[in-house]
Amino acid sequence: MAHIHYREIEGHSLGFLALLALLGAIVLAGLGAAWYMEHNGHWVTGMTNQVVWGTPHVFAVFLIVAASGALNVASIASVFGRQLYKPLSRLSGLLALTLLAGGLAVLVLDLGRPDRLIVAMTYYNFKSIFAWNIFLYIGFFVVVAVYLWMMMERRMNEHSRPVGVFAFVWRLILTTGTGSIFGFLVARSAYDTAVLAPMFIVFSFTYGLALFLLVLMAAMRLSRREFGDAVFERLRNLLGVFVAAALYFVAVHHLTNLYITERHGIEAFILRDGGVYTKLFWLGQVVVGSILPLGILFSARLGKSRVLVAVAAVLVVLGGVAQMYVTIIGGQAYPMPLFAGKDILESSFFDGKVASYAPSLPEMLLGLSGIGIALIATVLAVKVLPFLPQSLSDADADPHYKPEAAKEATA
Amino acid sequence: MSLSRREFLVAGVATAATALAPGLRLVELAQARAPEEAVTKLQRWGLLIDVAQCADGCNACVTACHEENGVTSHNRPATDAQWIRKVTIKDRQTGYVQSLPLMCQHCEEPPCVDVCPTGASFKRADGIVLVDKHTCIGCRYCMMACPYKARSFIHEDTKDQKPHAPRGKGTVESCTLCVHKVDRGDGTTACAEACKSVGHQAILFGNLNDANSEIRKRLASRPSTQLRPDLNLNTGVRYTGL
Repeated sequence: MAHIHYREIEGHSLGFLALLALLGAIVLAGLGAAWYMEHNGHWVTGMTNQVVWGTPHVFAVFLIVAASGALNVASIASVFGRQLYKPLSRLSGLLALTLLAGGLAVLVLDLGRPDRLIVAMTYYNFKSIFAWNIFLYIGFFVVVAVYLWMMMERRMNEHSRPVGVFAFVWRLILTTGTGSIFGFLVARSAYDTAVLAPMFIVFSFTYGLALFLLVLMAAMRLSRREFGDAVFERLRNLLGVFVAAALYFVAVHHLTNLYITERHGIEAFILRDGGVYTKLFWLGQVVVGSILPLGILFSARLGKSRVLVAVAAVLVVLGGVAQMYVTIIGGQAYPMPLFAGKDILESSFFDGKVASYAPSLPEMLLGLSGIGIALIATVLAVKVLPFLPQSLSDADADPHYKPEAAKEATA
Repeated sequence: MSLSRREFLVAGVATAATALAPGLRLVELAQARAPEEAVTKLQRWGLLIDVAQCADGCNACVTACHEENGVTSHNRPATDAQWIRKVTIKDRQTGYVQSLPLMCQHCEEPPCVDVCPTGASFKRADGIVLVDKHTCIGCRYCMMACPYKARSFIHEDTKDQKPHAPRGKGTVESCTLCVHKVDRGDGTTACAEACKSVGHQAILFGNLNDANSEIRKRLASRPSTQLRPDLNLNTGVRYTGL
């Protein structure tokens, strides 16, 4: 394998400017939506006192989970010593930062009082997993920034392994924290389980890698750089393994709940009677987000097609958003178990009833702007700093590349 | 050593005073508190709801609470704040129907306080669970965590606020156990007063730590329950006849 060269993208083409303009418009629309919601109050959204975390949270948590997962590619190179992933490490670190920034921006802009961000930074209740997460998120920015420095500054390269190990451990703790936001909620049947923490870690592997693969494919293609089969095949296979692992966790979670009589209500709701949530679970999370991608990624024939693998990655992302919607909004829509063995006939506060929720336009715009922020930051970063490898051709990237074998194959 | 009668009496009175003073001080603390004095753990304020006395269709406690605390409606039930509500329940097996008021249960171990990132959600020493409106950032995690769905997010601008119950768009609020009345020494809450005034005796306010209080006597003499006892939160609001 030759020495890896990285180079900024040129970024003068009309296409590049058009991409920036499009992403900029998405971000501006999201900021406008946030202003509209804060100015009028949250009653103009789909959120209520029944469903207090809406579509912005779906996008925010998805992006935060994906951010920690996007760092995995770099971890595989520096923690587990796989040379093949080395050229991808810088982009991996970059995406981890930008996705987290996008997710956090949405989370903060959806607060009732985003103007009090300084309060969140200066008053801490250390029993709150939210307070821990503030440290974990801010720390992640610092740790990954240092990690990128170690990787990008030749004199510091020798330190990239220990810093990489530290970043890897940090990201595992971070996603444990994100999963535990829900895992620690004793009140609601949909949550209150330790499995949410490891399950969110596996989700993060999946969503992070799917987004990484899409960004990598687009960036290499748009900047007309070679992307050989060796790296591509490896990423495709890895994505398949992660999707299968995520599906395994989902199955274990539901099987355990199905065994516990107390949880039959929530399981019947998600799996059978929940209307939009049931559809999103089976069609969105399971079929679109897992079965179809698995079919493509592990098929010897379909997996050869770059277009189809890209489609599989898009499906994984869509399935991931569906999963977050079912977990976050479905979990709240199902009524709180207030009185064991009793039905609630009447309540002015919608007790005992499935809460209705429909995403409003401002919430959608704010949520999507998180993706916009992540992408625009990525695009600008690869223009100003050398994050992208000049080539991912097999000759450049594959440590086991043999020119003779390649010649024989083409002959 | 011999004591004169005078010396004996003086010494006796002094000894008795030394022995009794802390006890008298305790009684004093249990009864009243000057506004500048901090609340103490000597009190644990709570409510006892007698479900058998709660009349179906009566909403007096809800109206009184919202009137007392300036909780106004915008005619949008899904987003309007509700500090207390009436709930009608039916036993799934027997079909027995009951009606009861539901509000913040003022837990000893409140999940809302555990999860609040800034500490805005807090519990006073006397057991009243409140929200500090200055440090609430409106993240709504407490609403996710509360097992009783007792909290409301203020979805829009408020009007007709009461000086003793500040409210603000973008923050979370819930029943304060009429903390302003408690601190004033009224010895009751708006809901309990209203219930009594319409001729029912379904809500009793009192100090759970005071063995001589009416609420403690009643709790000691009949079975009562907490809502979601499985969560082991040791609620300040107890139900009897449920």
